[in-house]
Amino acid sequence: MLAGLLQKLRVKIDDLIDPEIIERIERLDTRLNEYGVDPWGFDPNYIKYALPIAVGIYRNYFRVQTTGLANVPRGRVLLIANHSGQIPIDGMMIVLSMFIEADPPRMVRSMVETWSATLPLVSFFFPRTGQIVGTRDNCRRLLQRDEAILAFPEGTRGISKTFAKRYQLQQFGLGFMRLALMTDTPIVPLAVVGAEEQIPSLMDFKPIARLLGFPAFPVTPTFPWLGPLGFLPLPVKYHIYFGKPMHFTGDPDDEDEVLDTKAQKVRRTIQRMLRDGLKARKNVFW
Amino acid sequence: MSSGNIKKSASSRSSGPRRKKNPESVVIAGISGNFGRLLTRRLHAEYPIIGIDKRPFEGKPKDVTHYQVDARRRKAENIFRRKDIRALVHLGLVHRPQPGKPTYREMNVRGTVKLLDYCQRYGIPKVVLISTASVYGPDPTNSNFMPEDTPLAGVADYPEMQALIEWDMYAQSFFWKYPDIETVILRPVHVIGPNVRNAPTNYLRLARPPTLLGFDPMLQMLHEDDLIQAIMLSLEPGISGIFNVVGPGEVPLSVILKELGKKPLPLPHVIARPLLKRLWRFGLSAFPPGEVIHLQYQCMVDGKLARDVLGFRPRYNLRQTILSVKD
Repeated sequence: MLAGLLQKLRVKIDDLIDPEIIERIERLDTRLNEYGVDPWGFDPNYIKYALPIAVGIYRNYFRVQTTGLANVPRGRVLLIANHSGQIPIDGMMIVLSMFIEADPPRMVRSMVETWSATLPLVSFFFPRTGQIVGTRDNCRRLLQRDEAILAFPEGTRGISKTFAKRYQLQQFGLGFMRLALMTDTPIVPLAVVGAEEQIPSLMDFKPIARLLGFPAFPVTPTFPWLGPLGFLPLPVKYHIYFGKPMHFTGDPDDEDEVLDTKAQKVRRTIQRMLRDGLKARKNVFW
Repeated sequence: MSSGNIKKSASSRSSGPRRKKNPESVVIAGISGNFGRLLTRRLHAEYPIIGIDKRPFEGKPKDVTHYQVDARRRKAENIFRRKDIRALVHLGLVHRPQPGKPTYREMNVRGTVKLLDYCQRYGIPKVVLISTASVYGPDPTNSNFMPEDTPLAGVADYPEMQALIEWDMYAQSFFWKYPDIETVILRPVHVIGPNVRNAPTNYLRLARPPTLLGFDPMLQMLHEDDLIQAIMLSLEPGISGIFNVVGPGEVPLSVILKELGKKPLPLPHVIARPLLKRLWRFGLSAFPPGEVIHLQYQCMVDGKLARDVLGFRPRYNLRQTILSVKD
């Protein structure tokens, strides 16, 4: 009887889901097996229930505005963005923008920290929603499958930085450049404006972070004082700027200095886009 | 076998130390287990089979010669000396230890060292060693599809895992040391089927298989008959190398349990480990505690090499493979 009720409830929920979302899920280019899962653990049925909430946050809470989305070419592509805001909402919003606004809709794979695989729930929530543990081999295989990959070359250096360093790009890792050269993939630079203010970290309390095994332990005006609630991001307005694709050629196994020169070109482009974006912004919240 | 093939292998052997009268025999080490008996049933129509196992061979076909000896005994060496042998198939790691049997490590590694030593000494042209894809070890930092050259770091914090890695490393060193012998190392993903009794099938046959709360790793499985197919392809002349053997696809653990109609028993992983360890020690559980990590982190491999070089394609689809463990 309970099963029957649950089934009824599910049908009800299915009716509530925006038909546009269902239609977009169906239009995704996926390679599913007989159980509706792709080899990487992505399950479109799963996102059917996660997406309406996420889209609600995208549209109503952060009121994401995108510019230049048409710059993203078809086929394999690396989206390279600034990383900020203590929790990777910026990644989620970029992924959503490509799902909601791109035509045809695309499921961007973001490269998540290996650490996430050790967290209960998160460990399977990420793969089921198309996100992948960011190893070089994973990234290469997905690009060879002509997928779109989102990477943050600043890594935790970017997301955990304090409020005082907002919109200052941290040091870039070189892995993304190596992969772009290896797989001949165009790079689209992205600037996310807004996320850097969502959780203003006053300091990163490293001893506690180490103790808990977290990448950082931010102290904000509300966290940890108000408990988990204090970690709620502010309703900042998100602007995502998509730059023109950049093409690089060369030996992926070159000296780090050579790769760094190339990576710096991407970094400077994003820094410039951030500056322009900040200039155009009138207020953090609207 | 056609006469042409026999002639070919006989002439290639003419430079060998002695003349052999029965050039097509295949020695199967570990023949008495469920998988060994199954392999024998499939293989004995094609090759004369000689079995080596400490255990008796129940239901042995008439045309199979079985030596109930320990691989480390002189009698085992005599098999390789007297008989004319085409290949050794070593099922070392298909079977898992029973609760309360500590000799696993000694049995596998030392026994294998001896058997490979005989193969080298008596010029056996082909050696097929069945390892497992578990040697890569489930780990949160794993890539999704690990190729054969991935380091066997594993999580060597429990003895069975260490034995697996040690065994595979020894097999690899043999492969590199004796290029004249066609050595094939197969690393199949979880082998399941109606006959095999190993950790994955024991687990899937539990009334309430335990799962770890908040974890649902992707898994690869291989039907037992598909492993036999891979072994037969490995026996072909000219084939050597290290191959991952991957089944028809990848699915989350929860999907497998659902397909089998099992109601999982979700446990927080901090409780699951010590609990299963205790149950195992008292012989109350058929699930080796070292395997718990497979319920938490993924350990998936890339089967491209076996596809390209062996020409291996699984014959069972995902659903058939999963349902094959149903009694």
